[in-house]
Amino acid sequence: MSAWVIAGRELRGLFVTPFGWITLAVVQFIVAWLFLVQLEGFVQLQARLAVVPGAPGVTDLIVAPVLAQAAVLLLLVMPLVTMRAISGERQAGTLHLLLAAPVGTGEIVVGKFLGALAFGLLLLGLIALMPLTLLLGTALDLGKLAAGLLGLALLLAALTAIGLLLSTLVTQPAAAAAGSFGLLLLLWVADAGVAADSALAWLSLSHHLQPFLRGLVDSGAAAYYLLLTAVSLALSVRRLDGGRRG
Amino acid sequence: MSGERLVTVAGLRRDYGSRCAIRDLDFSVDRGEVLGLLGPNGAGKSTTLQVLSGCLAASAGRVELAGHDLARQPRLAKAALGYLPEQPPLYRDLTVDEYLDYCARLHGLRGAGLRGARERAKARCGLIADGRRLIGQLSKGYQQRVGIAQAILHDPPVIVLDEPTVGLDPNQIRDIRALVRDLGRERAVILSTHILPEVEAVCDHVLILNRGRAVYADRVATRRGATHGTLLACTLRRPPPRAILAALPGVAAVEALGEGRFQLRHAPGASPAEALAVAAAEGGWGLLELTPQRPGLEQLFVELTCREELA
Repeated sequence: MSAWVIAGRELRGLFVTPFGWITLAVVQFIVAWLFLVQLEGFVQLQARLAVVPGAPGVTDLIVAPVLAQAAVLLLLVMPLVTMRAISGERQAGTLHLLLAAPVGTGEIVVGKFLGALAFGLLLLGLIALMPLTLLLGTALDLGKLAAGLLGLALLLAALTAIGLLLSTLVTQPAAAAAGSFGLLLLLWVADAGVAADSALAWLSLSHHLQPFLRGLVDSGAAAYYLLLTAVSLALSVRRLDGGRRG
Repeated sequence: MSGERLVTVAGLRRDYGSRCAIRDLDFSVDRGEVLGLLGPNGAGKSTTLQVLSGCLAASAGRVELAGHDLARQPRLAKAALGYLPEQPPLYRDLTVDEYLDYCARLHGLRGAGLRGARERAKARCGLIADGRRLIGQLSKGYQQRVGIAQAILHDPPVIVLDEPTVGLDPNQIRDIRALVRDLGRERAVILSTHILPEVEAVCDHVLILNRGRAVYADRVATRRGATHGTLLACTLRRPPPRAILAALPGVAAVEALGEGRFQLRHAPGASPAEALAVAAAEGGWGLLELTPQRPGLEQLFVELTCREELA
């Protein structure tokens, strides 16, 4: 399956330059900072919470906010990961290598998607390690953590697919990144200031993450992310095929 | 082995928006042949090769590679193809071995087959000692070799090379030409170039493109025979008056170039060379040089591509 070959090359390509390592380090540092801030707040509140029956626990007060903040970080990082996927190859002339190889356009797109998504999941795995360190000192609601991570993984798939689509649309990687930032931020804030059941809220990337962060695996929200991913990938294939027709 | 038809192009057309880059292109290449695409910049050479490689879709017409229609069975057709684009498709951050391994995997090679293919391609392109070098640090000539290694890696019967010798030094050009001739013995090779002697040195067939149309197609070998030459150059130590030369049988016109050098024009296939030699010996003209002037590909090229521009 050539898609795996392309995915492997894409993932390794992120690590043969400093880009992958720097991104992992920076994200890890920022998440650690946010995590410590949350932890500090929780330690201060702890005494008062202890006397409230049914008060939110450590998972609600530390893990969920950290994951919500990590989601914003992923939204900022993924366009940089995907920007070169197609436009970089186009610019370097290496896209011809893929187009002239006995590989379908769908395989190229899926391979690129899987490669970038693997990097995103690696990032997410490292982020997840931080809340897990709490297990050393306390009990965690692992179900809630798992739901939150699943939500972030679904969000990652959508972020990656949209970034990839933008990368097929333009020739300069920087333009692909700028376009992805714009589109993703717009989708992120689409629910700002509107009722939770309006159409704009339904479009929002952040709106659908909420149930997962509360520990709820919402099939509707999951379907939204998967749909967004599938549509973006299908449009990318179309665009790449269309580019050959010109 | 030879004679099998490996490339068939029929009625090929490619438009960029409203601009037509190539039109009504028909040609074929058999196993054991090297076809040279020749033409001024912007004639449609690269477009033609990109369509052949599947990087661009044809607007109309048909391309068959090794018996497989490129539009209907792209996978089978492309499996039979090795392609070197105008700009070698290299990843500068990989080593030569890593890069070739990746290309081989794209073509479905694995394990021992992959290693064998990689080593064979490196040996053919003179890259044996360079497997662990980063492509970005190689010279232009070596990068071109890696590009060619990538094109022949999976042992395809059809090889398409877009300006393979551009930017190389004379020694490298000679190496690449020898390699192309060698490849052409058991495969079908198509290469584009704007270097005229390259076509004469390497190709069996030539196809001259101008403004997207084929304006000339012929075997280079029949051109080498030069039976249809119409010019004869001679140098005489003691030249007779021009009128005497003009009166020789078969001579249509005489042009004096000074210092005893003359250019004689004659009808195709009726060279006055023998008559001139006899007359020179009898008249004691002191014949120093007698050379049939083959109308070069260059002359033909200029005539064909400039005539169109005037029209």
